[in-house]
Amino acid sequence: MTRPKQIQLSHGGGGEETNSLIHDLFYHHFSNDTLLAAEDAAVLDVKNKIAFTTDSFTVSPIFFNGGNIGKLAIAGTVNDLAMMGAKPLYLSASFIIEEGFTFADLESIVKAMAEELKHSGAKIVCGDTKVVPKGAVDKLFINTSGIGEIEKEGISANHLQEGDVIIVSGDVGRHGAAILMEREGLGISGDLQSDCATLWPAVQALIDANISISAMRDATRGGLSAVLNEWAEQSAVCLEIEESSIPVDEAVQGICELFGFEAFDFANEGTCILAVPQKDVQSALDALHEVEVTKKATIIGQVSRKKEGRVILHSAYGSSRYLDLPKGELLPRIC
Amino acid sequence: MSELQLKDLYDGFRDPDVIKALAKSIIDEAKHLKEPLKLMEVCGGHTHTIMKYGLKQLLPDRIDFIHGPGCPVCIMPKERIDHAITLAQMSDTILLTLGDMIRVPGSKSSLAVERANGYDIRALYSPLDALRIARENPDKKVVFFAIGFETTTPMTAALLELVEKQGITNLYFHINHVLVPPAVDAIMADGQAKINAFIGPAHVSVISGAKIYQPLPEKYSTPVVVSGFEPIDVLQSILMIVRQKNEARCEMEIQYSRSVTLEGNTKAQEMIEKFMEPRVHFRWRGIGDIPYSALALKAQYAAYDAEKIFADILPTEPIDDHKLCICGTILKGLAKPNDCQVFGTACTPNTPMGSCMVSSEGACNAYYRYGAIK
Repeated sequence: MTRPKQIQLSHGGGGEETNSLIHDLFYHHFSNDTLLAAEDAAVLDVKNKIAFTTDSFTVSPIFFNGGNIGKLAIAGTVNDLAMMGAKPLYLSASFIIEEGFTFADLESIVKAMAEELKHSGAKIVCGDTKVVPKGAVDKLFINTSGIGEIEKEGISANHLQEGDVIIVSGDVGRHGAAILMEREGLGISGDLQSDCATLWPAVQALIDANISISAMRDATRGGLSAVLNEWAEQSAVCLEIEESSIPVDEAVQGICELFGFEAFDFANEGTCILAVPQKDVQSALDALHEVEVTKKATIIGQVSRKKEGRVILHSAYGSSRYLDLPKGELLPRIC
Repeated sequence: MSELQLKDLYDGFRDPDVIKALAKSIIDEAKHLKEPLKLMEVCGGHTHTIMKYGLKQLLPDRIDFIHGPGCPVCIMPKERIDHAITLAQMSDTILLTLGDMIRVPGSKSSLAVERANGYDIRALYSPLDALRIARENPDKKVVFFAIGFETTTPMTAALLELVEKQGITNLYFHINHVLVPPAVDAIMADGQAKINAFIGPAHVSVISGAKIYQPLPEKYSTPVVVSGFEPIDVLQSILMIVRQKNEARCEMEIQYSRSVTLEGNTKAQEMIEKFMEPRVHFRWRGIGDIPYSALALKAQYAAYDAEKIFADILPTEPIDDHKLCICGTILKGLAKPNDCQVFGTACTPNTPMGSCMVSSEGACNAYYRYGAIK
């Protein structure tokens, strides 16, 4: 049977076409013994305490500079596990596909997922496919859940202590800015790429270097602002941040200037924030600098008791202001 | 846009050493001021700069800021937002508007709420996107709810010109473009606001030219300095105003000379004049009717005028703000956001009672967002 160019409702019907889609595409690219056992549920071998997470991915456009929805679905879930000090082991992948979606696009997304899995060594061990009528979803939604084995305990948004140093693993806002540029067809040239990437190798480097980590979080939706505000509130501390220390790509900053956005509010998909005790700061930076995706890690501030529950941004010229949680949808300024 | 280096937009205008030096000069020269300086920044963009960069903290108490009526979202009265909602609720209609307008409460609802209710309401990045949307949806009525001061008006005029040229028949305009000088005049004529100098709008002046502020120094004995939006621009403008005061001068000056001329963009002005004319009455939120303070489409373009074509369904009664909301008083320069008893409690960016809390250029929003750290 020749492969159809588009996904049809019959691919979700549970019959021959579904079988063919699963075997020729998903099993082919995600191949591993647990998945190929094709039972009703995956049987997993886990020895230690586990972390478990889930996320659904609905990005538009689904292909963007620096990645696609598939790469995002793997990096996102793997990173959620990594941020808890858990080595990503097993993932599920659930696809909700709009009738008419091209087979070629689906295949390149699946390939990107398989490629991204290599960075953590995690495996997709179960999954599901639904095909829905045209218009019922926007092209393709992917849900990924993941299980990881805890290798370092005690990392928590509630554990920030006065004196802890705040580190950011790279420049902020690139994913949000890249998506915005493509979605709105802003016509601004340049090679602005999403930061979409797996952070497990960086976390592993920190664990191997025996760094104490008070808190760690990937700065996804809501960006740096959201993570810092959540930490300040949950740990009832003040985070004092030096604005000029926060790395922001020139193109990202330019887009923010043009439309009145704040780079700190933009989403990241391969950048995390860490709080570590002063004694471990240099070792943490050394470990992060050894890994490609975190080689620009830098200190941006520290934890104090000045104003509990708030994030204060200090300027390089002596003024300060609150960095608030982003609110509402991102809308460009008018003039 | 490949020639545009995005870095050029801000680089060099935030240098910490220059900011510190300017602040020091202002502190030194402000010691000689005969009276405290009450500066009105007419434009919400300047309010945003002052709050975001904490500029007030660098300046002496003798220099205070009064926030003006120059935010196009803040000044939109509820009945006009009700117009937008009514138009959006028509069958087979797509309603288009800009930015924060989508979140401003009307009398009972907002465009954001109605969008969630299933109506096709979209926020544009550029008014010219309306052209594509109208072409892609020939069976629908596409209504552009046009807002903004002199800055955005040329884009609406350019859109109209293209609509006319391309023979597009399903794109209608609901014009809410407003003008800076009549609003400033209304506030000064009222006499209650104690303003003794103005920071003049930046982008408005790029289009209209600084000439529109020339009458102010003579009429109200207030210096005007047309200022850019970067922190260095604003500080330099304040220094220029302090110097005028100390030298007993009262003039209109242009700090933002890299973009603003006396005459402005005459081509844009001509395009606006081709399609629009001042309307006799326009009610400003919280301020009331300011005659000839807004624009309307000229009679010969009635075929595109949503206010005329859909007049039968549009509400006409003025609707006042909630009694506890003091947006009007703030827009008139008579109060600051934290003077409002619902500021930050019943009224927040997520639950706005007034438009000044909604708009990213609104004074309440800037105060809430950036706070005042003591």
